[in-house]
Amino acid sequence: MTSTLWIGTRKGAFLLRPGARGRGWKLSGPQFLGHIVHHIVQDPREPKVLVMAAKTGHLGPTVFRSADRGRTWREAVQPPAFRKAGDAEEARAVQKVFWLTPGHSSERGTWYAGSSPAGLFRSEDGGERWQPVGGFNDHPQRPQWAAAATPDGDLLHSINVDPRDPRHLYLAISPGGVFESTDGGAGWAPLNEGCAADFLPDPDAPYGHDPHCVVVHPSAPDRLYQQNHCGIYRLDRPERRWQRIGDAMPRKVGDIGFPIVLHPRDPLTAWVHPMDGQTVWPRTSIAGRPAVYRTSDGGRSWRRLDRGLPPSQAWLTVLRQAMCSDGRAPRLGLYFGTTGGEVWAGANGGESWRCIARHLPEIYSVTCAA
Amino acid sequence: MSCTVRIPSPLRSYTAGAVTVAADGATVAEVLASLERHYAGIRFRMVDEQSRIRPHIRLYVNMEEVKDLSRPVGSRDTVHVICALSGG
Repeated sequence: MTSTLWIGTRKGAFLLRPGARGRGWKLSGPQFLGHIVHHIVQDPREPKVLVMAAKTGHLGPTVFRSADRGRTWREAVQPPAFRKAGDAEEARAVQKVFWLTPGHSSERGTWYAGSSPAGLFRSEDGGERWQPVGGFNDHPQRPQWAAAATPDGDLLHSINVDPRDPRHLYLAISPGGVFESTDGGAGWAPLNEGCAADFLPDPDAPYGHDPHCVVVHPSAPDRLYQQNHCGIYRLDRPERRWQRIGDAMPRKVGDIGFPIVLHPRDPLTAWVHPMDGQTVWPRTSIAGRPAVYRTSDGGRSWRRLDRGLPPSQAWLTVLRQAMCSDGRAPRLGLYFGTTGGEVWAGANGGESWRCIARHLPEIYSVTCAA
Repeated sequence: MSCTVRIPSPLRSYTAGAVTVAADGATVAEVLASLERHYAGIRFRMVDEQSRIRPHIRLYVNMEEVKDLSRPVGSRDTVHVICALSGG
């Protein structure tokens, strides 16, 4: 495993690099100490470029951009912001930039950002200037889609661009549901059929669901996977009905969690990190025994991967952006960070785990950079 | 008209560490616009896109808290930017 890991935390950004001759990991940072860093993402079209979503406890949200692999950073000239509200309109303000997604490979410099309250923003100059995507932010149904905002604010995340078509987009609101656009963000429609929403009065509601993480498979983009507040799902387009593949998880473990990670080349393989979603939702490892589960058959079966993880009394929480793969072949590396400030590396697709950093602040995101 | 603005530590990355800076303007809104011209990005960290003072920011002109950005500012005034406590 030789990837570089960017760690976004509640108190700044950290970097984990493999040690000399592949021995151990070297932690550096913090950068932006004291900033709340939700996401740090490398531009696959221009690998020297990184974009970071950050704010502090006092100050408004912003975006930083690096053009030298994270050695130096410069603040966006125009961070994501809603348009000025007219009279009698809801006056929304971005509270945090939560999610970043690079645009289509053919659209160099294009990025998308998701915010809380739920808003979609687009940059066409590598993250310097951000514009609100009016087709979503001003959609007449948007107030209904994001009606069940939690006290901490609804989150727009999981922005996915179809690798075959830059105008075909998916996004998720938590809570609110999954939405699709086929015209570059001008129009949007809910895509939640088949997903459970056992917290809603109407279990068959077209929206209002709570997707925690939605991923389009990069090499088979008609296949989507979703880790939802109410289960793990798969969708094979052009179908519109999600299939609950989490039903095949062990009953004692269940299929609740935040992240879902896909194998970059095998559309049948995915990993999840289950958490306790019973009673009052502790959101910790089930029974204090953390494990990653892998499917290699599209969700028909799941295998527990816990070698090297603590066998008991380990109450980890792994947030939706805090698990990733390095995509390497043939021995793919998996990584996750915990809200307790530990980073774990799973060699060979998660077959064995070891802790590669601890004592960090609360981890919000773990992303790989080439 | 030029006044003095006292910058709190979280915003001094914009002012190259300066604790007090001069700014132009006859109202608080104009003073903030003047700050933005000299220290790009600083205004949005204090005031949101709807021109509301952010929840953990307080602005004072001398000893008086500012509730309305149209509040006049004189050349002998000091605008204080205060970062209100916001937990651990």
